[in-house]
Amino acid sequence: MSTVKLDAKIPSGNLADKWSNYKAHQKLVNPANKRRLDIIVVGTGLAGASAAASLGELGFNVLNFCIQDSPRRAHSIAAQGGINAAKNYQNDGDSVYRLFYDTIKGGDYRAREANVYRLAEVSVDIIDQCVAQGVPFAREYGGLLDNRSFGGAQVSRTFYAKGQTGQQLLLGAYSALSRQIGRGSVRLFPRHEMLDLVLVKDGDGTERARGIIARNLVTGALERFSAHAVVIATGGYGNAYFLSTNAMNSNGSAAIQIYKKGALFANPAYAQIHPTCIPVHGEFQSKLTLMSESLRNDGRIWVPKKKEDAEAIRAGRLQPTDIAEEDRDYYLERRYPAFGNLVPRDVASRAAKERCDAGFGVASSGLAVYLDFSDAVRRLGEATVEARYGNLFQMYEKITDQNPYKTPMMIYPAIHYTMGGIWVDYELMTTIPGCFAIGEANFSDHGANRLGASALMQGLADGYFVLPYTIQNYLSDQIRVPRFSTDLPEFRDAEAAVRDKITTLMNIRGKRSVDSIHKELGHVMWEYVGMGRTAVSLEAALGRISEIRDSFWGDVYIPGDLGGMNVELEKALRVADFIEVGRLMALDGLNRNESCGGHFREEYQTDEGEALRDDLNYSYASCWRYRGEGLEPERVIEPLDYEFIVRQQRNYKS
Amino acid sequence: MEKVINITLKVWRQRGPKAKGSFETYRLDGISGDTSFLEMLDILNERLVGGGLEPVAFDNDCREGICGMCSLYINGHPHGPDSLVTTCQLHMRHFNDGDTITVEPWRSAAFPVIRDLMVDRYAFDKIIQAGGYVSVNTGGVPDANAILISKDKSDEAMDAASCIGCGACVAACKNGSAMLFVSAKVSQLSLLPQGQVEASRRVKAMISKMDELGFGSCTNTRACEQECPKGVSISHIARLNREFLKAKLSE
Repeated sequence: MSTVKLDAKIPSGNLADKWSNYKAHQKLVNPANKRRLDIIVVGTGLAGASAAASLGELGFNVLNFCIQDSPRRAHSIAAQGGINAAKNYQNDGDSVYRLFYDTIKGGDYRAREANVYRLAEVSVDIIDQCVAQGVPFAREYGGLLDNRSFGGAQVSRTFYAKGQTGQQLLLGAYSALSRQIGRGSVRLFPRHEMLDLVLVKDGDGTERARGIIARNLVTGALERFSAHAVVIATGGYGNAYFLSTNAMNSNGSAAIQIYKKGALFANPAYAQIHPTCIPVHGEFQSKLTLMSESLRNDGRIWVPKKKEDAEAIRAGRLQPTDIAEEDRDYYLERRYPAFGNLVPRDVASRAAKERCDAGFGVASSGLAVYLDFSDAVRRLGEATVEARYGNLFQMYEKITDQNPYKTPMMIYPAIHYTMGGIWVDYELMTTIPGCFAIGEANFSDHGANRLGASALMQGLADGYFVLPYTIQNYLSDQIRVPRFSTDLPEFRDAEAAVRDKITTLMNIRGKRSVDSIHKELGHVMWEYVGMGRTAVSLEAALGRISEIRDSFWGDVYIPGDLGGMNVELEKALRVADFIEVGRLMALDGLNRNESCGGHFREEYQTDEGEALRDDLNYSYASCWRYRGEGLEPERVIEPLDYEFIVRQQRNYKS
Repeated sequence: MEKVINITLKVWRQRGPKAKGSFETYRLDGISGDTSFLEMLDILNERLVGGGLEPVAFDNDCREGICGMCSLYINGHPHGPDSLVTTCQLHMRHFNDGDTITVEPWRSAAFPVIRDLMVDRYAFDKIIQAGGYVSVNTGGVPDANAILISKDKSDEAMDAASCIGCGACVAACKNGSAMLFVSAKVSQLSLLPQGQVEASRRVKAMISKMDELGFGSCTNTRACEQECPKGVSISHIARLNREFLKAKLSE
């Protein structure tokens, strides 16, 4: 079927020995040679900043890019709840194996065993590293680190810093990065956006990633940068849905650029819908705000048992506090007694949708459920609840004008994270030699569903402890390769192509604003490629997306000019790529005739409404290869062989 | 019932760092109270783009009060009239029907305007690069529980570390001082054992960089603390001063 054969380069040996074996036998680059090698890192989130800092410390010359005014703004900063690590500090039975197992199971058996085991293994080093940097994790009175629980786990292995864990971890990585910038080993290019990857052919005909074309967002100038390797750390593509918990500028463009240059886009359909977000309020809403999963430690999720109560609440005739205890349906506790409110995200999201679709939803829209803290306030007192979740409660109150200490929060699922991404091998290298993808930008570790507090873990694992090793195995061959001139024809041509694309966009001079098209795309994605998908809805999505594509390239209007800052142009370039992402998501969803994790095909469910996998036919990563403008991408598969664990139907009931 | 208001906006427009800026006046009708301030500006920009005009440039990203990217000096207050929020978390329910709202960029010599409401805050990054870190490389560090840290110290360090680097403190200060920003980082690291080893080098380097970059000095007006969206206390400035004195005395 396919012309490309994927080699994941999984090291041999027992699961627990693979990473040690790899490190023992990989090739390294000596200090004198490191100085002669340049590495471009695009992105400064947890993965990008930790990678750039660590590579700089090792002695490589690093060029680091971000679209914001400072590396500290990257959207990792918004992660609230925590970071998992198999420290077993609580003596509650945790281990590297258990974290590995929970992650594989949480991902509905659609991730690579070897990668996930490595992730669990290095998780313990991450916590040590962050503490050494001065990250103020929460502590017990005795001075030891505190932990909390997250979904999909029966142990407490989540480390946290109030409700601002992502912020503190990112600032830790940012401080390490800043130290290297101060020392000159990393050169930082803020307000620069990558617009293409540059490939240069070797003497032996191998095309390798050798640089990027970036746009200086302040001056509008296109600039060329060369390097011996390029690392993509630009996060996920959730903003294809327009409304998501991602930051306004988060985008999937670097992923699409390298996809068009030969990297494979794997499992695009796997998007995570987070169960606890503040519901949508109006047509001008620009983004959705997440309420951390950690709230499910103490908050209980419910809707009214009686439809008439739900109707009265929607009409404003009843308040949630009017509903008697016996008339409340704590549906997660009812359906999943073993995990209760702490089931994984995909399960919790679908359960909320199921109740709302059945007519039990609250809020005037009927698209919300309650997250109630009254029990916790009674049990622990308001002060303790405030100490645990104060900043989240404050954020909720500022947005909704309601006090969650007194009345339950209203929440509804929203797009939050994308498990799919650029295909990488065990070394985190894409199918383009010299081009790596790390953090959320790659597809590697979360399978079809990511567990809470695991994104921070993976971003930092890749950046601190995996890539700085594996990239050397590639670069050891490159030590004789001199620095590249950006005057090479490959750079000139890549820049010209980017300039043409921008000129084409600017010259459309149509009638529609970029945002209006983006919103239309988002609506189609949510309706047809959202929480529940069917072959019919996905077919419809493909049709609608191609219409949206036509109206974008035929009717978009971008004011201003090419020179200088042009925010509308920046958005337009990203939306052009979101349209491509949306198409890939729908294609992939249509191909995968099973339900797994965040990909729920309504045709494939158990009698109890749970996701029904088809391991016989779909135990693979589906990877899409670009074949040119207007052509269907080719599907390449990486079979997932489970050597070490037995796959089961996920069970969070008993 | 949901509040809906009509407002007049006076927005600072400036083509570039060297260009002369001026206020433009816009009228917006039918803005819902549940709209955030930045969503209100989105509505304005949709209208401008619809009329073939260039939108108002303003920095924003996470829109949930944590990235520190949004700024805006609204009716004389950094991040507007509500307390303990960034501009992106400010909602229009805090304004009244018929209000005129003045929107300006941060104004400080150390934060030059890039365009309209967008300023260059790279000076903050330079201060961190001068010493706002613990000098540890990746790997080879002790176990996370090897060093006990009292909960009080750790919590106080966390309070300092909650600074989002937005620059409201500088914008609020009549001297354009960055002391609250610098003190938040110095305080966080000096409260933790990990930060002790290079405490005196750090505080001297950061203060000297801050002075070099054109930030003013602190005269204890407490305006920074009042306007800080994260409630960072000026007690951290007191600790910074102590740390600085200690470092100077030990020279």
